[in-house]
Amino acid sequence: MHADPVGVLTGAHFLDGDHAACEGAIAAGARFSAGYPITPSTEVVERFSHRAPKIGATFIQMEDELAASIAILGAVWGGVKAFTVTSGPGFSLMMEHIGYAAMTETPCVFIDVQRGGPSTGLPTLPAQADMMQVKWGSHGDYEIIALCPNSPQECFDLTIKAFNFSEQYRVPVFVMMDEVVGHMTEKVVIPRAEEIEVEPRRWTTQDKSSFQLFAPCGEEQTPEMAKAGDGYQVHVTGLTHDERGYPNMTPAVQDRMVRRLVSKIRDNAEKICLTEQHDIEGADVVVVSYGITSRVAQRAVETARAEGLKVGSLRLITAWPFPEHIIRAIAPKVKGIVVAELNLGQMVREVERCAGGQCRIAHVGHAGGTVHKPEQILKAIQEVAR
Amino acid sequence: MRLTELRIAGFGGQGVIMCASVIGRAASIVENGYATMTQNFGPEARGGACSAQLVLSPTPVLYPYVVQPDLMVLMSQEAYVKFAGDIKPGGTLIVERDLVRVQELNVPDVKVFAIPATRIAEDLGRKMVQNIVMTGFFGAISGLLERESLCKAVEDSVPPAFAELNRKAFNAGYEYGMKHLETGALELGEEDPVSVSE
Repeated sequence: MHADPVGVLTGAHFLDGDHAACEGAIAAGARFSAGYPITPSTEVVERFSHRAPKIGATFIQMEDELAASIAILGAVWGGVKAFTVTSGPGFSLMMEHIGYAAMTETPCVFIDVQRGGPSTGLPTLPAQADMMQVKWGSHGDYEIIALCPNSPQECFDLTIKAFNFSEQYRVPVFVMMDEVVGHMTEKVVIPRAEEIEVEPRRWTTQDKSSFQLFAPCGEEQTPEMAKAGDGYQVHVTGLTHDERGYPNMTPAVQDRMVRRLVSKIRDNAEKICLTEQHDIEGADVVVVSYGITSRVAQRAVETARAEGLKVGSLRLITAWPFPEHIIRAIAPKVKGIVVAELNLGQMVREVERCAGGQCRIAHVGHAGGTVHKPEQILKAIQEVAR
Repeated sequence: MRLTELRIAGFGGQGVIMCASVIGRAASIVENGYATMTQNFGPEARGGACSAQLVLSPTPVLYPYVVQPDLMVLMSQEAYVKFAGDIKPGGTLIVERDLVRVQELNVPDVKVFAIPATRIAEDLGRKMVQNIVMTGFFGAISGLLERESLCKAVEDSVPPAFAELNRKAFNAGYEYGMKHLETGALELGEEDPVSVSE
């Protein structure tokens, strides 16, 4: 299915990442957002609130992030595509409803423009330190999808991708921006509506008397949806539920339900994992990075290559599910992997786990507030290559 | 276009961000190069000084921040005091002549060009277009981008009703710049030799 032309601002624009992400959400079909605006993510919903009346959408400024994050889930079950936007402190408050979205298989998108933390931290400055929170922040076993844009153009492209994944796998999907990507302004090309692929909601056409709201369908093992008011029985609960959606708190149902919530992502991980890879074949060192750090790392990689070092790069576009299969394939063939990120050691743990001790892992951490100096990453490459 | 780091600064309301945005648009959209603009958002950006940074490049911009500007456009004394000393040796400073007193810098071979952009804008009937006068002046002095590209970016950045006024402002700044290029740059600490009435 293609995008609705009503929401697509076709053309070349000079936009920051926040504005571009908003246009991505609109192009993907989002017609509802509820938010409690917070720096450095405010511009996303600021733009949405301006655009909403012209495209038949609704924006509500809520009383806090708990309200914002549950309002979008209500909107989805009311029949629209919806998203919310936040940063660190607000993201912490949204954790409960992220779990609810995972449990109720509510397709929705959260945009987290990461700033320095913990707590109020650095409101106007970057970090990439919510990467584990996005995966593990809500309680219980569940899986999500998280994408990491490294430019305003990708803020547009990957927000569309996020909506598409959320409909396909019926999970909350996260666009994990950082303050630099959110606030930097670059050329953003918005294609024509008929060139933008949009995943439609999978409304059921099954018989009303026998339809089961949470019965898995298709290769993605995701149920079809029915919206309140269409005559289907729609019972949505955060309690452990059977295929009809009714509470059933037995170990057998818990086992069946949670295993499916997890396996619908784990079994499809290779399809969901998007990466950008350069010169990995024959490399002595591979640099792993994501978001804004990937651009700084690329400069270090180019300098190292100019010095004659055999260096490849792996950019995580999908951070979760983690591209385990790629690290497992690289680790036995290289001297080492350099992981650069704006935190003191998060995604590097996944790299270490998947490398399984088969090569050296060097972490180039940073507490946030600015980006790395390319020389810091270059130094780690040189040490590992030695 | 060559790899160039720019800083545009002044006080809030002078159209600093708009000026940077027009240059970025001209470089990336009209001329198909690459431009990355960043702004200061912290408490230091509140009140007085407002600043935007731009990296222009013929190839994709990797490192997003400006490290040492090749060229600065400074529209207020506060911006001059805060930023002028960061200029690259041999770099170019462009200042608002009536609002900036040029002082000795500890950086070798800096060229300084000055324009009374606000007065020129007032003569055109709207003080608010001083940033577009400045954009025109920047275009002539820097020679980084085609005149037509910048003018197109100006037109694309303003509401259609104001296109004509902004075009005039751009041309006034550009022509002042061409004239000034011939007269040469200011010596640091000297008064501007070109008078406004010329």
